[in-house]
Amino acid sequence: MAEDLKLMRTWSSPYALRVVHALKIKGLEYETVLEDMTKKSASLLEYNPVHKKVPVLLHNGRPVCESLVILEYIDDVWKQPPLLPQDPNEKAMARFWANFGDDKVMPLTWRVFTSEGKDQEEAIGPMMENLKFLEEQLKGKSFFGGEAIGYTDIAFGWMGNLISILEEIIDLKLVDEEKFPLLSVWINKFSDDPVIKECWPPRDKMVEKFKVIRERYLKQAP
Amino acid sequence: MATSGVKLYGGRPSPYVNRVVMALEMKSVDYELVEMNPYEKSELLIKINPIHKKIPVLVHGDRPICESLIIVQYIDDAWTNGPSILPTDPYDRATARFWAAFIDDNFFPLLREMREAEEEAKRLVFEKVLEAFALLEEAFITISKGKAFFGGDTVGYLDIALGSFVGYLRLSEMLNANYKILDETKTPLLAEWAERLYSDSLVKDAMLDPQKLLESLTKFQAMPKTDSN
Repeated sequence: MAEDLKLMRTWSSPYALRVVHALKIKGLEYETVLEDMTKKSASLLEYNPVHKKVPVLLHNGRPVCESLVILEYIDDVWKQPPLLPQDPNEKAMARFWANFGDDKVMPLTWRVFTSEGKDQEEAIGPMMENLKFLEEQLKGKSFFGGEAIGYTDIAFGWMGNLISILEEIIDLKLVDEEKFPLLSVWINKFSDDPVIKECWPPRDKMVEKFKVIRERYLKQAP
Repeated sequence: MATSGVKLYGGRPSPYVNRVVMALEMKSVDYELVEMNPYEKSELLIKINPIHKKIPVLVHGDRPICESLIIVQYIDDAWTNGPSILPTDPYDRATARFWAAFIDDNFFPLLREMREAEEEAKRLVFEKVLEAFALLEEAFITISKGKAFFGGDTVGYLDIALGSFVGYLRLSEMLNANYKILDETKTPLLAEWAERLYSDSLVKDAMLDPQKLLESLTKFQAMPKTDSN
């Protein structure tokens, strides 16, 4: 049964990719509406007037915004396979780690990527400290979700795609296999998963895009 | 579900701790409040929340749960008797989650910025606070569907997410009449809604009294950056 699903996204947004992954895992078909953030469409402004951002999921014409909110919505409507655990405590933990990724890991990684020299050196420490927490979480598990990809894995999906790209650009290992063996394995397992793999945006385009972003930040730095 | 062994760590004046109190009250859960000063990173705080070292932390049995909105959802999941905190309809749930995130990511940071701003900058930030609050008024109109609360006839997730700040919104006005956020001329429905919370049977005992907040605030002379979430 085809659902009336549309996903407003850009070709590269890691947040939108979360929704792509979730929809694929649930086996849902949808239409992609590509947006250009430099020239936002009237639809985007209509469906996400508060933030004017992607992703926006339209289900039967009704918009759901904010990637993690969308993930929970998808999990609420289409139960199988479940993204969040059933147990209340495990569910709380899944949500906690996803938030941790957005509040700590992502901004810290970004700071390392968009700086150089002493600034970058100073940014690495805090990033590594927080990666240690992630490494801990993977003990005895294939994925953050346990034996199968779940909510938290999808939330950290950006690492599966972006880490190696950022490492290539700044010529610096962010997730060292020796320091973070479990996280390194997770990154590979997640990226190579057949459902996830086919969704990655073209790597060369990504490298180009992020190179430009880094240069822009470095030019602006005091 | 056993209600023994529920401990809430945090300072009573914290709006984030208050969210958890409201949720626990709604579900009639017996709990012990362990007062903690978030500005002193005690060994205990580091033990129960090693990652963020912040309050509130709910410990149920021996498992700690952190982050106020995550705790509120946990309470809803773990205590299934009593009123539902989140709506049952998936779209309504998504709407509630969206606006709760807005409150935390957009509205509250503006409140904090306003509190910390120097006099000249304050007025500008105040305008932004009012703009954000106007969006919440519109959200209330859509979500409440003419009923008393965001949650409908009974309080729910958004009533807790925003209601926990009402004491501070009132305090802002008490301290300076120029900074009235709950303004019946600008956001009449939210002004009425705020009033209603103080007499609602489920959450009235949890609501923060602005007078008491003022007393707590004067105890901590300068308020550093918030250490709760």
